[in-house]
Amino acid sequence: MSTPQQSTFVSPRRIQFAFTDEQEQFRSAVRRFLNDKSPTTEIRRLMATAQGYDPAVWRQLSEDLALPGIHIPEQYGGAGFGMVELCIVTEELGRALLCAPYFSTAVLAANAILSAGTEEQKSALLPEIAKGTRLATLAITEPDGNWDPTGIKVVATPDSDGYRLDGVKSFVVDGHVAELLIVAARAPKTTGLKGLALFTLDANAGGVERRLLESMDPTRKIARIDFRGAHAKLLGDLDNSVEPILRTLDRAAIALANEMVGGAQTMLDTAVSYSKLRVQFGRTIGSFQAIKHKLADMLLDVELARSAAYYAAQVAAADDSEWPALASLAKAAASETYLHIAAECIQIHGGIGFTWDNDTHLWFKRAKSSEVFLGQPSYHRELLMQRWGV
Amino acid sequence: MSNLSEAEVRAEVREWLAANWDPDMSLVEWRSKLADSGWGMPQWPKEWYGRGLPHALARVVEEEFANVGAVRAASSGVRLLAAATLLEHGSDQQKKKFLRRILTGEDTWCQFFSEPGSGSDLAGATTRADLKGDFWIVNGQKVWTTSAHHADHGILLARTDWDAPKHEGLSYFVINLKQPGVDVQPLKQMNGHASFNQVFFTDAKVPKENLVGRVGDGWKVAMTTLAHERRGVDAMSALPRSGSPKGRIYLEERAETEKANQPYTWYPQRAGRVDLIIDRAKETGANKDPYVRQEIAKLMTLAKCAEWTSRRARAAQQQGRPQGPEGSLGKLAGSHVARACARVHTLITGTDVMLTGRESPREGIIAEILVSVPAVSIAGGTDEIQRNIIAERVLELPKEPRFDTGPFRNVRKN
Ligand SMILES: Cc1cc2nc3c(=O)[nH]c(=O)nc-3n(C[C@H](O)[C@H](O)[C@H](O)COP(=O)(O)OP(=O)(O)OC[C@H]3O[C@@H](n4cnc5c(N)ncnc54)[C@H](O)[C@@H]3O)c2cc1C
Ligand SMILES: Cc1cc2nc3c(=O)[nH]c(=O)nc-3n(C[C@H](O)[C@H](O)[C@H](O)COP(=O)(O)OP(=O)(O)OC[C@H]3O[C@@H](n4cnc5c(N)ncnc54)[C@H](O)[C@@H]3O)c2cc1C
Repeated sequence: MSTPQQSTFVSPRRIQFAFTDEQEQFRSAVRRFLNDKSPTTEIRRLMATAQGYDPAVWRQLSEDLALPGIHIPEQYGGAGFGMVELCIVTEELGRALLCAPYFSTAVLAANAILSAGTEEQKSALLPEIAKGTRLATLAITEPDGNWDPTGIKVVATPDSDGYRLDGVKSFVVDGHVAELLIVAARAPKTTGLKGLALFTLDANAGGVERRLLESMDPTRKIARIDFRGAHAKLLGDLDNSVEPILRTLDRAAIALANEMVGGAQTMLDTAVSYSKLRVQFGRTIGSFQAIKHKLADMLLDVELARSAAYYAAQVAAADDSEWPALASLAKAAASETYLHIAAECIQIHGGIGFTWDNDTHLWFKRAKSSEVFLGQPSYHRELLMQRWGV
Repeated sequence: MSNLSEAEVRAEVREWLAANWDPDMSLVEWRSKLADSGWGMPQWPKEWYGRGLPHALARVVEEEFANVGAVRAASSGVRLLAAATLLEHGSDQQKKKFLRRILTGEDTWCQFFSEPGSGSDLAGATTRADLKGDFWIVNGQKVWTTSAHHADHGILLARTDWDAPKHEGLSYFVINLKQPGVDVQPLKQMNGHASFNQVFFTDAKVPKENLVGRVGDGWKVAMTTLAHERRGVDAMSALPRSGSPKGRIYLEERAETEKANQPYTWYPQRAGRVDLIIDRAKETGANKDPYVRQEIAKLMTLAKCAEWTSRRARAAQQQGRPQGPEGSLGKLAGSHVARACARVHTLITGTDVMLTGRESPREGIIAEILVSVPAVSIAGGTDEIQRNIIAERVLELPKEPRFDTGPFRNVRKN
């Protein structure tokens, strides 16, 4: 886990602590769309399919709301907004638990291309992503589940017109449906951060074998991908090939933190409304102080995690030097909060909360898998300490 | 509200400071200028020693004062809680009489809310005030009254009607402590300091015109005070600045601050001193222990999140949303931070935690943290009370069952 050290403790001065009216309106539009398109009946229907999403909804989300390219500059066919708007989208997606290849395509792949790609590659690859006509994903982790890029073992061997990839990637989000793969691999005989770079290839190219894994969270599909001499192209250039990988992971961590805050809010809302309905001992359970205090604590936890997620997004949007540290902070904070809130939501539901028919477990499972996706809280806390120079 | 831009305000305050600021002036003379010009409390209304600026612009003024090292209006203790309450509920006569001397620092204030029988249950106060001629005659006992030992005035919650329901029989007064009927006795705390007191009232007198709001409005008025208290308009903002620039006024200010802050020297410690954590970890080598690193990261995350949450609340307020119960969230977060600090300071300090006073690291500061943190979750409304407020006012859950309805006379007392 070696990352560039920063010992910035002081918060930048001009960071916004409130959304603009335009951002609030944008959020409302996204929320309305998702309320309409992602009722739990749809979540349950889609999570049981192998494909895992509804192409018609994806098309609308892309064409009507332009969400996949929200943070992609206009010159590459995007809407030209930034991290804050991207995180508004992921928060709303987390709240509604929409089954769609958004995190893979818009968050992971688009950010990887934006961070690493040459001008030419960005112009070639981003417009289709922004339009939603080409699904893409980023493959970092391998079967050992390590999110620290120094542990990458897939090898990229130079050949006549590009590279050959050999090795195995796993936990690749939407790896089963992505058309474009972006793969982190290393030059032969290198270790650590040295020799790492990103490579692109068509998911249906020769030497690529994809297998959908059985995921605990069926609303977020993951795949294992075997590479046997698969032909790939370098994304960006070798002189600056590591920094974009870290940058992409950190941006993704912030987007995920916001997604988790959205999910936690749904769990809190669900718990509050159930506690107002359920009557035991002649009163609603929400009138028992044990439940009231639990819910008050839950609200505080959600607000604290929300502050981290929002702040990290604002600081990343401003590209302030402190942002990678805050990415880790936000990821760790939101992970623990989401899981805790989901578990408490089940608790407040009593026996019914433990059933398949009750929807709570859908968010609980997203919370559980997000807890380790992109790195466990303990991993990110250690990164935070290093990045703060402790 | 004024429609001035940031640049206009900056220019105006700069010009005013250039013309008026003089470090060789006396403290009261300078602060009188602040009160008259409104630059001392720019967010206060124009008619009352302020300039009617929104909070964001008031910060600009603060920055400009800091730039030239100009002394600010007095802000220590509960004076600003009293002021905020008077601004909202006080008569013009009261504002004229009290606000100015609050800002100049000539008067010090304390808060007479808690009693032996009513702490969390503030509305259960049994200190009584009876109108006799032109005076309210006060009898009873208050307790945990911070600063009463050098206060000039107190904001007092007392019962004026025993037949009304509990919350409707209270009234809110300003009482002068410098009178024979007020007996202040210091109480020693578990951390060795004596910043709070018990205060006995025996036929103490409050002139009729010092009733704040109407008879029976005491609860409503007290809620204003508490909302500001939770938001943290408290002693902390008045802690001495570092550095010691030259000029008569600074000497006077330092002496005044020292006196005013004497009850509060341990307040930073009760909040947990998160600012010391990293330095202490480096100085003891605990920063190399992976377990301690995790715990430090958890604490720093919590502290940062708490800070950003209050910034978000402030930003929302600046956008025009009224002061709501989010103060309770902040207060609860503060308790969590303080407790986590005490835990991590202990991890970092190890066996030295068995020591106190000068034997304890950092001249006793570490020990003082550990024995002061328990106050945070009690003072200003306990954590449990904050949770009730959050649950009922934000989440709109059912209210606690009541056993204290009907005429207060018949309600079970402590
Ligand atoms: C795996 C499993 C196996 C089970 N097996 C059996 C079985 O074999 N036989 C059987 O009869 N039952 C069984 N149960 C049912 C179990 O006993 C109940 O689910 C449990 O008693 C809670 O009741 P409830 O589900 O109605 O929740 P509720 O009573 O509605 O509780 C909902 C929430 O309110 C809280 N709450 C309720 N009352 C109060 C109060 N007074 N003060 C504070 N909080 C309160 C609860 O703690 C909970 O968090 C099983 C449940 C599970 C999950
Ligand atoms: C350092 C310090 C400074 C202070 N300064 C001042 C001051 O200047 N002026 C002033 O007026 N007061 C002051 N106080 C008093 C403070 O406001 C009270 O101590 C506080 O409100 C709690 O009241 P109590 O001590 O009577 O405890 P109680 O109200 O008796 O509470 C005892 C316990 O019961 C719990 N409890 C009570 N009611 C409920 C409920 N409804 N639901 C769940 N739990 C409940 C409480 O949370 C607490 O844990 C100060 C206190 C401290 C520690």
